[in-house]
Amino acid sequence: MKYQIVRAGESRSFPEDHPLTAGGQDSGEVVIIIGADAGKMISEYKDRERKIAILVELGTECLGTHTGERRGEEGSNVLGFARFRLGGGEPSKLVEVVRQPRTPESAVAAARQVFESAGLQVVVCNDFAGRIVDRLVRPYYNAALRRLDEGLASAADLDTTLKLGLGYPEGPIELLERTGLAHHYDVTQALFEACGEAAYAPARRARVAKQRQELNRQGAKHAKKLND
Amino acid sequence: MAGSGTMGAGIAIVAARAGFRTVVYDTRADALARARKQTEGFFAKSVERKKLTQDQVERILSGLSGTTDIAALAACDIVIEAVFEDLAVKHGLLAQLDKVCPPHAIFASNTSTLSITEIAAGSGREDRFVGMHFCLPAQLMKLVEMSPGLKTSGAAFQAAWDFCKALGQTPVKTRDSPGFILNYFLIPFNNDAIRLVEAGVAAPADIDRAVKAGLGYAMGPLELLDLVGLDTHLLVAEALFASTRDPRAAVPALVKQMIAAGRLGRKTGEGFYKYEGSGMFGG
Repeated sequence: MKYQIVRAGESRSFPEDHPLTAGGQDSGEVVIIIGADAGKMISEYKDRERKIAILVELGTECLGTHTGERRGEEGSNVLGFARFRLGGGEPSKLVEVVRQPRTPESAVAAARQVFESAGLQVVVCNDFAGRIVDRLVRPYYNAALRRLDEGLASAADLDTTLKLGLGYPEGPIELLERTGLAHHYDVTQALFEACGEAAYAPARRARVAKQRQELNRQGAKHAKKLND
Repeated sequence: MAGSGTMGAGIAIVAARAGFRTVVYDTRADALARARKQTEGFFAKSVERKKLTQDQVERILSGLSGTTDIAALAACDIVIEAVFEDLAVKHGLLAQLDKVCPPHAIFASNTSTLSITEIAAGSGREDRFVGMHFCLPAQLMKLVEMSPGLKTSGAAFQAAWDFCKALGQTPVKTRDSPGFILNYFLIPFNNDAIRLVEAGVAAPADIDRAVKAGLGYAMGPLELLDLVGLDTHLLVAEALFASTRDPRAAVPALVKQMIAAGRLGRKTGEGFYKYEGSGMFGG
């Protein structure tokens, strides 16, 4: 299936060259809009109705933010997607495709086909904040950070237990340290605002990491001003 | 070993395999016979897979016995209980054991949900009582969560820790806190996965696939729940919720609906998925 790639800013899903972006044509039956401003491009894109599917990269927001919603009967050939990625870590092979109640099955099938043909693994979910993985895993990471504060066990024993006991490839503490606690703050804060559930409220260690990131940013700006 | 259910039988395999003379006590002769049959089947597979020789298995099995007479535990230096997760049941057993076992013997509990300090309070030897939570299936999993109760002596904890290492296991130390580490994190995580199904976020297969592809987990949470059994999940989750009052530990309504519909997981042939066949793991 021929598809076109439209770029709209920096993409978290495809920050570097990938078979999907390399396989894009000048035009196609499917349009994939990637980048932080992908949602804003939908209304600007002409010929929308003549495409099988228009796939829009999402951040933490719902697809409905860009398409609008209508009494649970919304849905068109516009779908959302995001490649799952933890903070500064490599993007995974997982692409979460977001549909709405009346999204045509042909559009879902087309989305699945273009992503899978580029070696990605596709799951389909409805339009909920956090989609599947962030919605599921962020409360677990928050709980791990809170229990570390409460002295349930050392960071090393928490990680070892969850790796050996559950077969997880990486413990939660080492994983968050590797991929960035400040990013965990960003995602959980957005989910907390969207869902209003305490489990998503960023854990203390994530808040501290975010505050330090902000202080460092301000410090760097201040130093630049002084040097200028 | 006190208790010859799935966990008791698995822990007994670990102890006997490590060269410890092991006695399994249970009040039910039929449960002991079933455990012995499963154990022999497990070791037969170990020989088939060339992990052990027939001679080694015979030596191991000769050091592993079952009994319905609690007095047979009188010669034990450590007794691990893996009986029903009910404080009164455990206290009843421990009171009997305290009369039978020598003063130096350490008592350990394989509980996954109850407080070590509370169990120890009915043991007659609170200073020589330790939490030793093995993972399912115990005969294959290396991890053991070890927790001292409030009155556990440093010497008793160290002795149990050394014993755990002599078994060839990997101990980790946790506080005596509901669910310790594993269940504290696993039960709410699995409940959250069930809530995704309830809320219509995605189909079970998509949820499991997302977790495996996105996070590199070997098994999705709903596949795992089907393996464990929703009835078992209900018991553990209710116990965890009762002690933590954490909303994430509260059992989603869908679990009770599925249990009522006979969809317990692999054991009934249907849970979040449909199945054929069952058996004891590994060898």
